[in-house]
Amino acid sequence: METEFTPILSLLGGGLIGASTVLLMATNGRIAGISGIISRILPPSAAAPGLLQGLFFVIGLLVSAPIWMVVNGQSLVQTVSDNLPLLCAAGVFVGFGSVLGNGCTSGHGVCGISRLSGRSIVATVTFMSTAFISVLLLRHVIGA
Amino acid sequence: MKSLITLISGLTFGTGLILSGMANPAKVQNFLDFFGTWDPSLSFVMGGAIAVTMPGFWLVTRRAKPFFNDVFHLPTRTDCDVRLVSGAAIFGVGWGISGFCPGPAVTAVPMAAQGTIVFIVAMLIGMAAAKYFIILRDRCVGDLAGKMSQL
Repeated sequence: METEFTPILSLLGGGLIGASTVLLMATNGRIAGISGIISRILPPSAAAPGLLQGLFFVIGLLVSAPIWMVVNGQSLVQTVSDNLPLLCAAGVFVGFGSVLGNGCTSGHGVCGISRLSGRSIVATVTFMSTAFISVLLLRHVIGA
Repeated sequence: MKSLITLISGLTFGTGLILSGMANPAKVQNFLDFFGTWDPSLSFVMGGAIAVTMPGFWLVTRRAKPFFNDVFHLPTRTDCDVRLVSGAAIFGVGWGISGFCPGPAVTAVPMAAQGTIVFIVAMLIGMAAAKYFIILRDRCVGDLAGKMSQL
């Protein structure tokens, strides 16, 4: 399914994401890595430092879409697959892999690359590659 | 005050994801689909984010400490191990087949698409499972190191 190429909006949205990570670093002194923030809330060892602040960050994420819809007076364009077993497997992979690899698109892809971290650059190239291969197989070989 | 700013930071992040189109998994998957309906938007999102984060981090970490904390919690490791690469590889497979990574998935929860809810629940289980797995693995490695030292 095609989506419209939106260079300006995507650049602006990316800028906002950057502003958020800088704000969090300036105030909390922490990397805005979403997988880290969420996984710290989960058992075991859920009482890790930064837990409460993590909760507030997640609440901020959760209210974004409702506020956006109220301000703009329209719902969001979103196409989510209805292949639930596939999404279930994907969720486990994303959760397990991001904790094992110490980060996801935000922590490695944005914050890590901005710090020129070798580990984050390796992680980003790795997950981009396996994601690319997965989409290739899913859409053009299996044809889902 | 600290909590309010953290909340605003989360709200800014979520709004950035929505504005950039990344809360729509179809758009993320299309970035990864060079041979099909390719949409390069995601590279502009990363470019825009890094263009702000790189100078921003440099600037704020020149201060002695953050405004509401005693130290900057910056990762110090520089070695690439099997855990990092295998974790990133597994993450990429999940990201590719769904078009969701943690931030956009959480942001998409209020729209309550069935697929999003299934993904989020599975992701939380996967995260907790990985935490248990890491503890078990470290314990096994510790036991092994202990036995080796007795030899």
